[in-house]
Amino acid sequence: MKRSTLVRIAVQSILKNKMRTLLTMLGIVIGVAAVIVMVAVGQGAQSRIEEQINNLGTNLVVVTPGSSQAGGVSQGAGTFNRLTVEDAEKLEREGTLFAAVSPVIVSRAQVIGGQGNWRTMINGVSTEYFSIRDWQAADGSLFSEADLRGMRKVVLLGHTVAASLFPDGDAVGQQVQIRSVPFKVAGVLSAKGQTASGSDQDDVVVVPYTTARSRLSGFARVQMILASTYSPADIAAAQEEVRSLIRESHRLGDDDDDDFTVRNQSDLAEAASGTTRVMSWLLAAIASISLLVGGIGIMNIMLVSVTERTREIGIRMAIGARGADVLTQFLVESVVISVLGGLIGLALGFGGAALLGHITGWSTETPPQAVLIAVGFSAAVGVFFGFYPARQAASLDPIQALRYE
Amino acid sequence: MSVIRIDNVTKVYRSGQNEVPALRGVNLAVDAGEMLAIMGASGSGKSTLMNILGCLDMPTSGEYHLDGVHVNELSRNQLADLRNQKLGFVFQGFNLLARTSALENVELPLLYDRSGRQLDTRALAAQALEHVGLGNRLDHVPSELSGGQQQRVAIARALVMHPRLLLADEPTGNLDSRTSVEIMALFQELNDRGITILIVTHEADISAYCRRIVEVRDGLILRDEPVASRRRAARDLETLAAPPPVAAAAHAPTPHAPTPHAPTPHAPAQGPA
Repeated sequence: MKRSTLVRIAVQSILKNKMRTLLTMLGIVIGVAAVIVMVAVGQGAQSRIEEQINNLGTNLVVVTPGSSQAGGVSQGAGTFNRLTVEDAEKLEREGTLFAAVSPVIVSRAQVIGGQGNWRTMINGVSTEYFSIRDWQAADGSLFSEADLRGMRKVVLLGHTVAASLFPDGDAVGQQVQIRSVPFKVAGVLSAKGQTASGSDQDDVVVVPYTTARSRLSGFARVQMILASTYSPADIAAAQEEVRSLIRESHRLGDDDDDDFTVRNQSDLAEAASGTTRVMSWLLAAIASISLLVGGIGIMNIMLVSVTERTREIGIRMAIGARGADVLTQFLVESVVISVLGGLIGLALGFGGAALLGHITGWSTETPPQAVLIAVGFSAAVGVFFGFYPARQAASLDPIQALRYE
Repeated sequence: MSVIRIDNVTKVYRSGQNEVPALRGVNLAVDAGEMLAIMGASGSGKSTLMNILGCLDMPTSGEYHLDGVHVNELSRNQLADLRNQKLGFVFQGFNLLARTSALENVELPLLYDRSGRQLDTRALAAQALEHVGLGNRLDHVPSELSGGQQQRVAIARALVMHPRLLLADEPTGNLDSRTSVEIMALFQELNDRGITILIVTHEADISAYCRRIVEVRDGLILRDEPVASRRRAARDLETLAAPPPVAAAAHAPTPHAPTPHAPTPHAPAQGPA
């Protein structure tokens, strides 16, 4: 029998039972739609994270404080912070692979000025910080090497801070107070948006680290040191160099463990996307359970259909259908049902993902492979769950089948 | 050459511990162009014989040759192909696919053709339907057709592959008497054109239209003889066609072996008792 004829016969018999077919499909429709939406949300989150990690800067190497040990008991990351401004300066002086190095001294404080006050994060950095993070001034200018060396009281406001303290957009040149120390606003930084975890990167003010250290009390420790290499190929070597330089600066013996951690951008990306990946797998597992349930629904209906059409099977066999013909007919029928369901589910999934993105503001991304996956999976479900009923049909005895009432 | 030749065929059914013999050594040869009635009461073994002749069942012992092919040796698939190519089935209950047009029903055997030839299945099906006088009902589904028309569709389906043998199992069992005669007229017309027909029936009226009657009882052939005076269904129809009930009532009930040259119409409530 020709393939087109097979499909035609399947479609005909499916159309004879529209309502039932629709209900049978529903399981697959929901399953595939769920898979697509899950994938879209997962992919969206994933690429947001990647984008943000890239946003952090290019060819980035990050040094963070390591763990301290007290009598063999590890106290966890950052419990004993020995990173210092001197470490950063040593890297800048002696490092050979770095395009830029900046310490980041972090504190939280109330910023007073303009329309009121705002509690925010104060970052003390060097001028190179901006090139590492690829951050520009949207208004005014960044602080200079002279500001850094002169420990001048200049500040750059993050977009969010500027918007809340100076809603009229006239921040540049104004005065703000941080811990009772007056600072002059040199500029407003361009907006960076949210991080993957949802924190606002623009809710920050940036001052020269020298100023932070000398004029603002409570600024002693370096939260991290950011460095960037000239090319991505240097990253591995640069990590090694950072390690040996800081070990030297910390006077660690050969037997001592590092008291700091060096990571690169892809390490960070890995860590950040790990969580979302777990979530995606979980959601995909749930979605595939609904595909499974849909498949069982198809099997159920196909078994009913075989019983119901026993006489038809007998007639077909009497006029010359082979067992294989009957098998193929029912198999094609279940595959057509499930693929049709898959396509409807695909459309619903795309629509649902777009709607979800619209309502919640999450970024969703439906990868083109999803089409193949959805159709492939639903066809596989059709074959897998259609085979048993189809084989039942094919193995009927024509005489019994013809006599079946 | 014989279309059918069976030699000493037996069929034994097992039900649990019991062995029930349905056929106990049957010999039969049917030549091309015959129109044969197989008669017998229910339980006589005629259905079993029909199933074996139709290649739907295998004899327990004995040989069966259909159109020169030794059926005993064939596989399930080969049997299916043989049914497709050499046999046409007509059933008591018509056995058309519901909600499927007459044309598509008749087309069905052509779709299972494995000979590899290029067939214009639609045209052939339409042609077969025209042959049985349903050229204007191609798109009707069975529920829109009368019983007689449905049986005509079934006959067209049986003929569309140009089989060597037409097997009809109680073809008039579900039809009223007039329609029965119409169907028999069609069979006779087909037979006149050279098609070999085998009809299983328990109605003496129907067998009277055949050329030869084989009676089966208790799994054996009891009687095998030609019909001495064969009735012509077409002629019976003529007299049935103009029946003012009063005029029909004037005729005496017809005996079951009418003379061919003196058309004896049936009583108004004719047909088998």
